[in-house]
Amino acid sequence: MKKGLLLLMAMLVLLPSMMFAGGDKETAAPGDGKFKVAFIYIGLPGDLGWTYEQDQGRKMIEDQLGDKVETTYVENVPEGPDAARIIRQYAQKGYNMIFATSFGYMDPMVEVAAEFPDVYFEHCSGYKTSDNLATYFGRMYQARYLSGIVAGKAIGQGEAVGYVAAFPIPEVVRGINAFTIGLRKVNPTATVKVVWTNTWYDPVKEREAAVALLDSGVKLITQHQDTTEPQKAAQERGLVSIGYDSDMGSFVGDSVLVSPKWHWGSYFVKTVQDAMDGTWVSHSYWGGLKEGVVELSPFSSRVPQDVQDMVMAEKDNIVAGSWDVFWGTVKDQDGKVVVADGAKMADGDMLGMNFFVEGVAGNLGQ
Amino acid sequence: MRFVFEKRNTVSKKAFVLVPLVAFLVSLFLTGILLVVFKANPFVTYGSMFVGAFGSWVNFTETLVKAIPLMLTGIGVGLAFRLKFWNIGAEGQLVFGGVTATWVALFWTPFLPVWMVLPIALLFGSIAGALWAAIPGVLKVSLKVDETLVSLMLNYVAILIAQGLYYGAWIDPKGMGFPGTMMFPKSAWLPRFSGRAHVGLFVAVLLGFIMWFVLNRTKWGFEVKMVGQNPKAAKVMGVKIGKTVLSAILISGAFSGLAGAFEVTAISHRLQQGLAMGYGYTAIIVAWMAQLNPIASIFVAVLMAGLLVGGDQVQMMMGLPSAMGIVLQGMILFPMLAGSLFTDYKLKIISKESPEASV
Repeated sequence: MKKGLLLLMAMLVLLPSMMFAGGDKETAAPGDGKFKVAFIYIGLPGDLGWTYEQDQGRKMIEDQLGDKVETTYVENVPEGPDAARIIRQYAQKGYNMIFATSFGYMDPMVEVAAEFPDVYFEHCSGYKTSDNLATYFGRMYQARYLSGIVAGKAIGQGEAVGYVAAFPIPEVVRGINAFTIGLRKVNPTATVKVVWTNTWYDPVKEREAAVALLDSGVKLITQHQDTTEPQKAAQERGLVSIGYDSDMGSFVGDSVLVSPKWHWGSYFVKTVQDAMDGTWVSHSYWGGLKEGVVELSPFSSRVPQDVQDMVMAEKDNIVAGSWDVFWGTVKDQDGKVVVADGAKMADGDMLGMNFFVEGVAGNLGQ
Repeated sequence: MRFVFEKRNTVSKKAFVLVPLVAFLVSLFLTGILLVVFKANPFVTYGSMFVGAFGSWVNFTETLVKAIPLMLTGIGVGLAFRLKFWNIGAEGQLVFGGVTATWVALFWTPFLPVWMVLPIALLFGSIAGALWAAIPGVLKVSLKVDETLVSLMLNYVAILIAQGLYYGAWIDPKGMGFPGTMMFPKSAWLPRFSGRAHVGLFVAVLLGFIMWFVLNRTKWGFEVKMVGQNPKAAKVMGVKIGKTVLSAILISGAFSGLAGAFEVTAISHRLQQGLAMGYGYTAIIVAWMAQLNPIASIFVAVLMAGLLVGGDQVQMMMGLPSAMGIVLQGMILFPMLAGSLFTDYKLKIISKESPEASV
C-alpha cells in the first residue's frame, strides 16, 4: 500500500508538469507568416479512394505554392454537429483557410464560418454558401456515364451490375443514374442493383455489401464508397469492376476496368492562391470533364480498343458541350418521362435529384 | 507462495477513492508507453490534450457540451447497474428520446403556447427513453429474458428508426433530398449560456444530486440497494422486487431519453446524422469509474468529455493517427475494470506452509 501511495504521489507531481509542457506548444503559432490551410477528412488518406484524392489535392497545394503555405489535416472526423468543434479549433488556431471534404460538415461549417468572417471556408458537395463560405464539387456523373458504357460492354446482354452505394442523397443517386444511362446505352436490358451501406467509409461494410451483391448473381461491381474493398471482393470472385474516386486499377489490378476519378489539385491551388491574393470571392464551383476536376482513369488492358474509342468519342462530345448525360429523353423507374426529348435538365434539378432512372433496381426511401 | 482474492465484507472508503484514481493514472502510464513507441512525447501529448479540453473557457464549454449527455446517461445506467440490471441500451434510449423530442418540436409547435414547446419536448423525450428501457425491463421481470442482449439490440432499432425518419417521412422538403429534418422553430431551441454549452448542464447536475439524495435518504433508495446486493433478503423483507427493478429501469431510461432530447433541442436543432455518437456506451465507463455514484458521475463525465475533446489534439497538434485518440479512451477502461476487482476483493498472499494454501 505504501509503495502504491508513493507511486501515486510521484504521478501527481508529474501531472502539473505535463500541463506546462503542453502550454508552450499551444502558444507557438504554427508556421510564421505562412498562409495556413487545414483539411477536415471523413476517412483516412490511406483509403486509396475519396480521402486519398482530397489529400493528393492538398499535396499539390504544397508542391505548387511551396514555402508560402502550410497545410495540415485531421482524419476520421464524424459528420454532424460535432464537426463544428474541430473546424472551430482550426479557425481559433489562426488557420486562414479550411476545407471540409464531406457533405455532413455543411451545417457545422455554416455555423463556424459565421463566427470567423476573416477565415476562408471551402465545403465539398454541400449547397449552402455565405460571404466566406464557398462550395466545390465536380460533375462526376459525366465520368460515371462513361464508365457505364465500359460496364455495359463487359457483361452479357441483360445481365445485372451491383452498385455498393453510401447514402441515398442526390450526389449518389445522380451517379447511379448516370452510370445506368451509360450502361443501357450499349446494353439496353441490363439492370443495376443498389445496396445502401449508410456509411462513406467502412471497409468491412463496403466489402460485405459487395459480397451480398455478388451472391445475388451480379456480373460486375461498381460503387460509391471511399475504399477499394468492393473492387477487391469482385476480383476475388474472378469478376471485373468499375472503380471510383481514384485510379483503383493501380491499387487492385486489371480487374478494375476503369475508374471515374477526382482531380482536386488544380482547383485547390487556384482557390488558395485567390485567397492569398485577396481576390477570393464566394462561389459554388461545379466543374466537370471539361475543367478536368473529374476524369476517367487509364483503361485496363482488358478493355477492348473499340470500346475505348467509343468512350473517348462520348467524352469529347461532353467536353465540347454538344451533349450531356441528363439531356432528354430520361425516364424514371416507372417509365415516366422526366426530361422530355430535346430538353436539358437544369443544374438545380440535378443537384436535388431524388429519383432513379429506368433500369435501376432499388429504392430511395430506404 | 500464492495469491488469493478474498471478498471484502465492506467496500473500504479509501479504496473507493483511490482505486479509480490509480486506475486512471495507470492507464495514462500504459498509453504513455504506446505514445513513446509512436515517437510522441507523452507529457507533451497529455499536456496538449489537457489544454484542448480545459485550457480556455471556449474549449471548456465544448467539454461541457459532451459532458452533459455523459452525465445523464452515466447516472441513468449507473442506477440500473445498482440493481445488477445490465442496461447497455442507453444509446438507443438517448436516440429514441431525441426522436420523440423532435416529433414534438416539429409537429406540435403550432398547437402549443410558445413557452410550453420546450418543456413538453423534454418531457416527452424523457418518457420515450423510459419506454424504450421498459422493453428489456418488462421482458426481464416477467419472462426473465436476458436484458443485456435486448437492450443492446434495441440500440440498433432506435438508430434505424431515427434514420428511417430523417431519410424518409420527416425529411426536410426544402433540403434538396439531403437527409435531415427541418430546423426546429426557435421556440424549441434550448438556450445556450456560452458557446454551445446549454442550460441542460444545470438540469443534469441538479438531477445528479437529487438522485444521490433519493438513493441514500429514501425508502425507495434503500430498497434499490437491498435488491441490488441481496435480492433474496430483500424478498424476505417484503420488498416487491419486480416493482423496484422496473421503476428503476424506467428512471434509468428517462435520464438517457432526456439526454437525447437535450442533444436535438440544444445542439443540432434538428434530427440528423450524428445523434448516435456513442454517449450511451461511454456512459458505461462513466458509471463504473464513478462507482455508480450519481454525484461522482457528474465529475467523471466532465473528465471523460475532456478526454474525448482533448483527444482531437492527439491528431491536430501531435500529428498522430486518429486511431490513437480512440485507443487512449479504450485504455482507460481496462485498468478501471481491473481496479474494481480491488474495491470488492482484497489480495491475500499465502505462503506455502500456511494451512490456507488449499483454498
